[in-house]
Parts: sequence; structure tokens; C-alpha cells
Amino acid sequence: MSSPVYVAGLGAISAIGNNVAENLAALKSGKAGMADITYLKTKYAHEIPAAEVKFSNEQLAAITGFPAHMSRTALLSSIAAKEALDDSGVKNIEGLRIGFISANTVGGMDKSEHFYEDFLKDDQSGDLLDVINHGCGNITELVADKLGINSYVTTISTACSSSANAIFFGARLIRAGILDAVVAGGTDAFTKFTLNGFNTLMILDREFCKPFDEERQGLNLGEGAGYVVLVADKVAQQLDKELYGKLSGYDNSNDAYHQTATSPEGDGPYMAMQGALKRAGLQPSDIGYINLHGTGTPNNDQSEGTAVMRLFDGNYPPMSSTKSFTGHTLGASGGIEAVFSLLALKHGLVFPNLRFETQMKELPFSPQTELLTDQPINHVLSNSFGFGGNCSSLIFSKA
Amino acid sequence: MMKLYIRSASAISPQQTFGDVPFLAETVIYNTPRLAAIEPDYKPFLDPKLSRRMSRVIKMGVATAKDCLQQADLVLPDAIITGTAYGCVEDTNVFLTRIIEQEEEMLPPTAFIQSTHNTVAAQIALMLQCHAYNNTFVHKSFSFESALMDTAMLFAENEASTILVGGIDEITDANYVIFSRFDTYKKGNFTNTDLYSVNSPGTIAGEGAAFFVLANEASANDMACLDAFQTFYKPVDMEQDILNFLFANAVTLEEIDLIISGKNGDAITDVPLDLLEKGLFKNNQIAHYKHLCGEYPTSSSFALWMAANAVKNGALPGLDASIKKVLICTHYQNKYWSLMLVSAC
Repeated sequence: MSSPVYVAGLGAISAIGNNVAENLAALKSGKAGMADITYLKTKYAHEIPAAEVKFSNEQLAAITGFPAHMSRTALLSSIAAKEALDDSGVKNIEGLRIGFISANTVGGMDKSEHFYEDFLKDDQSGDLLDVINHGCGNITELVADKLGINSYVTTISTACSSSANAIFFGARLIRAGILDAVVAGGTDAFTKFTLNGFNTLMILDREFCKPFDEERQGLNLGEGAGYVVLVADKVAQQLDKELYGKLSGYDNSNDAYHQTATSPEGDGPYMAMQGALKRAGLQPSDIGYINLHGTGTPNNDQSEGTAVMRLFDGNYPPMSSTKSFTGHTLGASGGIEAVFSLLALKHGLVFPNLRFETQMKELPFSPQTELLTDQPINHVLSNSFGFGGNCSSLIFSKA
Repeated sequence: MMKLYIRSASAISPQQTFGDVPFLAETVIYNTPRLAAIEPDYKPFLDPKLSRRMSRVIKMGVATAKDCLQQADLVLPDAIITGTAYGCVEDTNVFLTRIIEQEEEMLPPTAFIQSTHNTVAAQIALMLQCHAYNNTFVHKSFSFESALMDTAMLFAENEASTILVGGIDEITDANYVIFSRFDTYKKGNFTNTDLYSVNSPGTIAGEGAAFFVLANEASANDMACLDAFQTFYKPVDMEQDILNFLFANAVTLEEIDLIISGKNGDAITDVPLDLLEKGLFKNNQIAHYKHLCGEYPTSSSFALWMAANAVKNGALPGLDASIKKVLICTHYQNKYWSLMLVSAC
């Protein structure tokens, strides 16, 4: 691949922590973020667990400086993107062209569903402030304006692979010479829309999810935001700090099998992982840790597992699904898991796959169940797959 | 940035633009401030069993995409990239309404499944069995332009030689009511052909799908070339930005045969384009397009369809000049400006 793109900053907020340090501490101590639904008003509050960020909108608004009526999607984004930007130090360098590439799937739906309750009774009622920022792009723009970033700003929405695509789109903008640095990742708030959507598909576990377990019953929904700050080589040299790593490979392939299900052979996941390895100039044996998509649905884990089996062919690196901690954060998952992958790379860690008990019949491997430390990890593979067959993989390597 | 060769273009819009029809021969008149896409018979493009479950925006997108591929005689593109600000609004509205009316009980999943913004790109991939790169941009009035940026970069990276790219948005009854409450549209009855002569606030709602097969190399069958494009968010001096854009592409205004201007009829936000039309562009021929397709976030894809056809035909109905070079200059709310330079290859 051409000129390297380095990771200079990280930011994350999820059910297991409000910043990167808290997320890392929870990952190391094996503390999951699922609980009874507390903040979202839904009839499923005591029936279906979820991994909510442990702040009310008012508390999030106070932290961000946004008004409290703002969509939770923007509030979460703002916290993690600012953490990443501050961490990177790129703002201290004059004259850099900085971009913001953010992904989400729900936009301001958390507010729109409130608006709709009134709107359905009378189409002239409902607070317009609740729908003014409904669009996915509005969320990105609000946060970009807040961060003072305007060199290139856009929004990607490819379901659950959204923020992986945002991250490597950002890297390509740097390589193309359009930007010097980019804050890239994604955000999604937990909403009634997604809760009911996944519930109709009957893929929500009533207990805490068990990715890659023979007895897995589905996923738990989560929420949050995760961003990395990518920088060009010349910016990396100017920053007086240790870099987290570099984005060495990426791929976006389509499974082209079904609108919501992944193929049993795992064709899309296979092509995404294989393509990322090819662009990175790496062999499967170079990968030291796989951060699996691992939603915990029967379909995903069977399909992804089959793809891993085909590609790694007997030589399986340690792997885990950190969705066993954060739940499935949808459009944010690729961003949050990119942050976790870079933490694994930097600290030589393999995070545990919580609650795994029974080996899947069709697979010759099982996920890592205990924290591994002091691992010689040089390359981490992170998978993100979504509705519409959208499959993306990223590879982060030591700088 | 390198040239993008336009192999084919297809549009479903509030005008007669789809299929074997003369290029914008007659303007379809609307007497409300809401223009609705004229939907074709989808049978040649979609399995009726599938299309029955699809919302309009999916059908429009998939049909124009397939038409584009047929015109370009292309089976599989190297990438599929869409821009849509609103996404699948109808399915979203349907599912949201059911959640509330049925109090979260007994919901059918179809509307949810088809509500994600990447549904059109995904359905195209599924229908073509196309495993290639597949992406969807959802960034307000820059959604289509972001898709073009992705396209141009994939070509520059030698990752693709032909790419299917499109802009799609629909307006639904519910969204029309909501936008109206923001005073987005003209009040009462309004005729689309009066859009630039009536000095009143608001614009007219529109919708549509426009797809293109773009290529990194010239062929014998190119309609036109997209020489360059650029977006400007909240520009301070748009006139200077236009001059810089032309200079960077070694083009003078004298060489431009046609300006396609994106006025939308709103008395306040049309001012900057009025000033440009009477100032910088005063010696150029000017055409408008938003009276044809209405205002919607990816309407610049309709403008590109119009520019490509004008260059291909060497003419635009109503103008006597021969057209070889077109500058599209458009904006929304003086916040999102977009320039595209389209030339004969």
C-alpha cells in the first residue's frame, strides 16, 4: 500500500465507560455493560436487556455543552470525537486540513420517535425541535461544527459496517492528499426504532448475549460512539507523542446474499478479511488478534465463523467479540471496536469473549475466554458486517 | 483529480426522463408545490414479486441503476455507490407509525428491514450478485457529491475502472407536512414553471433517482466527461471560489457554453445565485433545473443527468447554442454549494 496512515488519537463512549480509559479498564476486568433498560422508555424495559451509556441526555448535554433537546446520537458522538481529537494533538499544529467522517444509522431517531407520538394524533402538533436534526448528516454536521472541523465532512451509512467504512474512507482522503488529518468513526443511540426492529427479526437475546456459543440466542443492543484520529506521515512526525498504530489494510465487499442475513459460507465476510490482508500485504498467520463482528445471532456467528475457518485454515489467532461487553452498537460498532483493536495492539492484550461456554459444532475453534496480557501482537483484524450484505474489515498494525 | 467518463445516465424524475423519450422536450406542469416522480412500468427491471414489497425510492433507484448498466452494456460494475440524504423514508415512517399505534406489539419486520439507508445500494448488489465495493453516503445536500468523491478516489487508487453511482431521495406525505411546517415550500397552489418569476419565500418539493456508469478511461460511447467537481460548505466568497475552481481546471467562463444554475425559487436564498447570474455569469447562457425536478438534497444528480444529456445532444431544448461545456453551479440555503464541470469528451 502507498503512504502509511497513522492513528494518533482515540475516543470512545459505550455502556462500559465514558472514555477510552474507562472502556479499557472494563475490558481488562471483564465487566459487561448490559443491564435492564433504564433510559429508553419502552414496554420491553424489564424483558430485554440492553447496553446503554450510563448517562441521561441532560447529563450528556451538560458534558458536551449542547442543549438537552439534542439527539442522543449527536451527544454521544460529540463526547467521543472530542476525546479523540484532544488526544491526538492535531489541533496544536497550525494550518492542518482536518476532516470529520462520521457514520450512523439512526440519525436523530431518538427525538423523531418522540415527535411522531404527537404528530400521528395531529399532523400540526409535535415539537419541531425534535425533528429538525433527524437526518444522519445533521448529526455529523452538528458535531463537526462543534469541533471546528470543516475541511471535509461527510456521513456514511451502511448499517452495522458504517463506521468501519468511515474510518477507511478517511484514510483514503489522507492518501489522496485531500486531508492531513481526519477524525473518523461513528455513533448510534439506542432507540425504540432499532429495539423494535431487531425484536421483529427475533434476534434479540432475552439474557446477556453469548457470541460464538453453541447456545447463543441473539444479540443485545448497545449504544455509543467511537473515533480514531488518522494522520498523514508528515503530521505523525510533527506530533510529539506515541502513535497507537497504523491502518494497514481495509476492504469493503458485499455478500450479495440477502437483505438481512449473511450467507452460510460467509462469502462476504471472507472477501472482506481476505481483501484487507491483501491490501496490507499480510498473511493470515500475521494476525495476532481478531476482534470479531460476533453479534451473538445464530446467523452471524455461523457465517463469520465459517469465513474465519476458510481463511485461517487451521491456524487460528486468539479472537473475541467485545460485543459481549458493549452490546451491538450498530453504526458505532466499527468505531468502538477500532478503538479496542488499537488498545489491544498498543498494550499487547486479547480481550475476553464473555459468557462463552459451549463450543459451536460447526467450528474447529473457540473464542478467547480469559484476558491475555503481554501478547506479541503486531496486527489486529477488526470485522464489521451489516444489513444489505455490507461487509468490511480493517487491519491495524504497529506503527 | 482525474476526469470521470460518463458512459451512461438514467433518471426517474417528475419529468418524462426515463426510457426512450426525447430529452426534456416538454415540461410537465405541476400546480402544487410538490413534484412527484413519474414512475415507469418496472416490469422490465424488477421481478413483480420483489417490487410489490419495495417502496418507491428502492424501485426508482434499482430501475435507474439497471437501465444505466444496460445502456453502458455493463454486467458488473467494480463498485456501487449511492448518495441519499433521507434514505428509505416511507419504510421508516411505516415502521415508526406501527411502533406507536401498535404500542410495540406484533410488528411485521419488512418495513424495518428496508428502512436502512443502504437498502438501494444493497438491493442493486443483490440483484446483480455483485460482491464489489458498496457504499452509501447520507450527508444532507452533499450526499451525491460525497459518492462522486468516493468514485474519483477509487479510480485514482486503481481499485476500479467502472463504477455505478447514483443519487436518490423520495418525498413522502408525512415529510411533506413536516417540511411545510418549517416553511420550506411555497404556500397554496403554485405552478412549477413560475418558480423563478414569483418573488416569494419557499421552494417546491421534489424527488427522484439518477444513476450513472462512470469510467476511468475513455470509450467510444461516452456521453460526456465530468472534468471536475467540488463542494463548499458555508463559503465566504463563492464568486472567488468559482474563479479558483475554473482556474484550477484551466477553463475560462468564455469557454462555458451553458451554466446550469440551481435556483429553487426561494426569494431569500436565491439572492446569491441571482447576483452571480447577473454578474459573473452575465455573458453566459443560463438554464435552471429545480422547476423540473423540485428541490431535494440529491437533486444535483438530476443536474448532472441534464448536463450529460445536453453535452451528448450538443443542445438543450429552448437554447440555440451548441453545447460542449457546462458548469453546474448549485446550492441549498446558501450553505451547501456544489460545482461540477461537464464537457464533451
